[in-house]
Amino acid sequence: MAALSRPIMHEEVVSPWQGFKTGLWQKEINVRDFIQQNYQPYEGDESFLAPATERTKKLWDRLNELFLEERKKGVLDVSQIPSSITAHSPGYIDRNNEVIVGLQTEAPLKRAIMPNGGFRMVVNALKTYGYVPDPHVVEAFTKYRKTHNEGVFDAYTADVRRCRSSHILTGLPDAYGRGRIIGDYRRVALYGVSRLIEQKQEEKRSLDSAMSTDEIIRDREELSEQIRALKELQQMAKSYGFDISAPASNAQEAVQWLYFGYLAAVKEQNGAAMSLGRTSTFLDIYFERDLAAGILTEQQVQEIIDDFVIKLRIVRFLRTPEYDELFAGDPTWVTESIGGMGDDGRTLVTKTSFRFLHTLYNLGPAPEPNLTIWYSPRMPDAFRSFAAKVAIDTSSIQFESDEIMRRSWGDDGAIACCVSPMLVGKQMQFFGARANLAKCLLYAINGGRDELTGEQVGPSNGAVKGQYLDFDDVVDKFEGMMDWLAGVYVNAMNIIHFMHDKYAYERVEMALHDYGPLRTMAFGMAGLSVIADSLSAIRYAKVQVIRDEKGLVTDYQIEGIFPQFGNNDNRVDQLASWVVSTFMNKLRKYPTYRNALHTQSILTITSNVVYGKNTGNTPDGRRRGEPFAPGANPMHGRDSHGIHASAASVAKIPYRDAADGISLTTTLIPEGLGRVGEDRITNLRSMLDAFFGATGFHMNVNVLNRDTLLDAMDHPEKYPNLTIRVSGYAVNFVRLTREQQMDVINRTFHGN
Amino acid sequence: MSGTAQLNDELLHAKSPFELRVHLGRGVPDSDVRSALATGDMGFLHSFTTGSTVDGPGVRVVAWTTGCQFRCLYCHNPDTWNMSNGIPITLGKATEELHKYRTGLKVMAGGFTLSGGEPLMQDRFAVRLLTAVHAMGIHTALDTNGSLGARLTDAELGEIDLVLLDIKNWDEQRHRRLTGMEVGPVLDFARRLAKLKRPMWVRYVFVPGWSDDARNISQLARFAASLGNVERVDVLPFHQMGRFKWKELKLSYALDDVQPPARETIEHACALFRAEGLKAY
Repeated sequence: MAALSRPIMHEEVVSPWQGFKTGLWQKEINVRDFIQQNYQPYEGDESFLAPATERTKKLWDRLNELFLEERKKGVLDVSQIPSSITAHSPGYIDRNNEVIVGLQTEAPLKRAIMPNGGFRMVVNALKTYGYVPDPHVVEAFTKYRKTHNEGVFDAYTADVRRCRSSHILTGLPDAYGRGRIIGDYRRVALYGVSRLIEQKQEEKRSLDSAMSTDEIIRDREELSEQIRALKELQQMAKSYGFDISAPASNAQEAVQWLYFGYLAAVKEQNGAAMSLGRTSTFLDIYFERDLAAGILTEQQVQEIIDDFVIKLRIVRFLRTPEYDELFAGDPTWVTESIGGMGDDGRTLVTKTSFRFLHTLYNLGPAPEPNLTIWYSPRMPDAFRSFAAKVAIDTSSIQFESDEIMRRSWGDDGAIACCVSPMLVGKQMQFFGARANLAKCLLYAINGGRDELTGEQVGPSNGAVKGQYLDFDDVVDKFEGMMDWLAGVYVNAMNIIHFMHDKYAYERVEMALHDYGPLRTMAFGMAGLSVIADSLSAIRYAKVQVIRDEKGLVTDYQIEGIFPQFGNNDNRVDQLASWVVSTFMNKLRKYPTYRNALHTQSILTITSNVVYGKNTGNTPDGRRRGEPFAPGANPMHGRDSHGIHASAASVAKIPYRDAADGISLTTTLIPEGLGRVGEDRITNLRSMLDAFFGATGFHMNVNVLNRDTLLDAMDHPEKYPNLTIRVSGYAVNFVRLTREQQMDVINRTFHGN
Repeated sequence: MSGTAQLNDELLHAKSPFELRVHLGRGVPDSDVRSALATGDMGFLHSFTTGSTVDGPGVRVVAWTTGCQFRCLYCHNPDTWNMSNGIPITLGKATEELHKYRTGLKVMAGGFTLSGGEPLMQDRFAVRLLTAVHAMGIHTALDTNGSLGARLTDAELGEIDLVLLDIKNWDEQRHRRLTGMEVGPVLDFARRLAKLKRPMWVRYVFVPGWSDDARNISQLARFAASLGNVERVDVLPFHQMGRFKWKELKLSYALDDVQPPARETIEHACALFRAEGLKAY
């Protein structure tokens, strides 16, 4: 299929909405209503899918060459023009052979600088990759323009600084873009930008009657910025030859319009996670209309999606090695939410749900976009089986509970990043990385002194006395230390997000939200299984402390045995749930910036390695420096009774106190799913049905051989596309650090 | 007795099912062992796991008992031969543990498989546990060498939804050489199950040089097909994952030099079963 001929002119004026069922969505901005009125659930199987076209393969091959070069150099190229929606001229991979167009800069994989989040990070990144920072840019961002990062450090308290240095709070978005905000990019396609601008103008006008308080002034200014950003979006599309002021009039335009919306966001923000939302079922309505009208064939439909996904796979940001240590493998978290059920009981699975997953065959496995199935056992059998098959074949997709998220937030939600659910266009979050709760437990034992440095970081509430740890005493002290940590944490988050709004506001993403969206403040916790097992050891075995010459407890000796998290044993599983709920309640006691709703995730991404590195010996027998388990996973090798038991333990963590998501990563060997291919699909589907039919929230599924991973460590060149799932996202295995690779390999291979 | 068993609950939880385990039941007095065997109030388990997809249909919980009268040369769990290597566990505790998984097992079209060792060495415990699990509505399977099948009544067999019958070899002499025991009672049990129309899977361990004779396999296949109750045949390729246990137990291991069979070889063996009209994997 040739590239879309420039602005489509119809001989007679045909409404771009022709053929759609009418509804509230015409009267107001309401994409969900449009979907509900118009989509066609699909209950069939994957047999209709079309393979990649020659054009698609050629385009993808061209990029594969560039990927190779990129991997060698770290980054392919850098543009030192500070990025904005309109800063770069149009870019193409192969102009005449692209079905969907638009790049972040004027060339593929060329990364732009985005200094608003923090200029120091930009300079570090440039230096890392051998670039000399452009003196004009340096002057602008040191002399004339303050950044988010500087703002934050102007307002940080001494406590926050101490907690950052000691790594009890790590990964806070105080030097980089916070991300985890999903613009409703579908609005661009459905309504066109003019209508969206009018809506924002209307929202702003409605504030004229309100008294000019801090909040109202900020809202007015933000709305003005949003309007400006929408105009820039229009202008950017125009530079590619498209007028997107009116609604998209066919499927190809719908994808293109939607993508322009997303592209504007990734031109403007280097967010930690720049997720796409829930687009496949929305787009399906357009595809079905064009298929019915004979405008498109199935092959052309797949080609458009393949091309769109190619674009999503090459989103790039300029980042530093320290960032990679926390979030390895250059992730962008272009998360797309697929499937699920609607409030009315119909499935939201459409043919385009299949088509998105099919890109993993047409283009091969890949970590991005982060394809996420909103899993419900009530979804059609054929789709559940297909999703299981894709997981087995590619290890590239993840599953999250449609039942839990729909009941909590609604049926038009999407995942930001890894496991964070939010209603598209109606809800956003203030991302907050995580606190190292295992270290907090050690602070409790040592009366606020750091177990590695001996420095007094937390309040000196008194360390434990005597030779053996007493459960009640430790719990009391732990609660006290959590009280303090929660306060510092909320303080830090309020400062960070105040400054982010001020200096690095997500203009275009927020323009694609309703006015006054629900804001959550997403706190997080690392080290859950370490704490649960530590408390269990103290409670059910005897734990003797070992002090150094300064009286600091630096090690523990366990006498006897104790139940360990991950074996479906309530004695310890309840301790894990207790920690989650207790810390959450302590966070809730402190007021948040913009009255955001407190939430919490049990998710580490790959930072479990770094957290572990910065944490001393723990009472569960874990050695100093040893990685934590990722997310809510049981500690490596301690869940000794198989995946059903292990998943059951994790599923007990109450979602109401971890509403930003609970992550479980499982790795199975193919033989562990059954002796033959068909059995494997059925068995994985069964496991997902059981987990999500109960209270399971999230599951990453890797189906890999240990030997493959070991070989890939030594011969990365043989496995350029080996994708594995780690705590909420997928990465190219060969792009992980050796340490992270070892961590992945050492984790339990269930069924091995 | 229950005191001992309670103490040992911890062991069931804290250890890996893949490791070598010995003497865990050694502290149990002989009189208690005898009464346990007679009543089934207590059993000896090597370990258990969940999420198994290779021990019967669907996704299952599997528990391995200790005690076996066979001495298979290729055995990958020789630590299950002696009953006293297992963890003493009360029937009540075992039932309670399985109860946790009942909903999931039903959703996953799976069930519970009792394997070993030879579970029928503890036939009272086996029957009572399988009956209790069956009463929860969970599919039950018994993985057995079959030679002690006569210990179960017809009614008791009714509590077992599927028998995974391990027929080590069709040939009397080879069977004796491979296992140290006679094949006759195994085949008698197979015939009895057929007569009772109880569903059965045949499991056949394929060991290069020991149980790879095509004619021999075909004869077994013909026998299995003639029974009429064999739903499936699992041809299990020999592997060396149990070698370390033989070494650590200071047992002389005859198969040290045997290589695991190639995929094609297993396919070929499956074809021999399929030629008789059986489903084989």
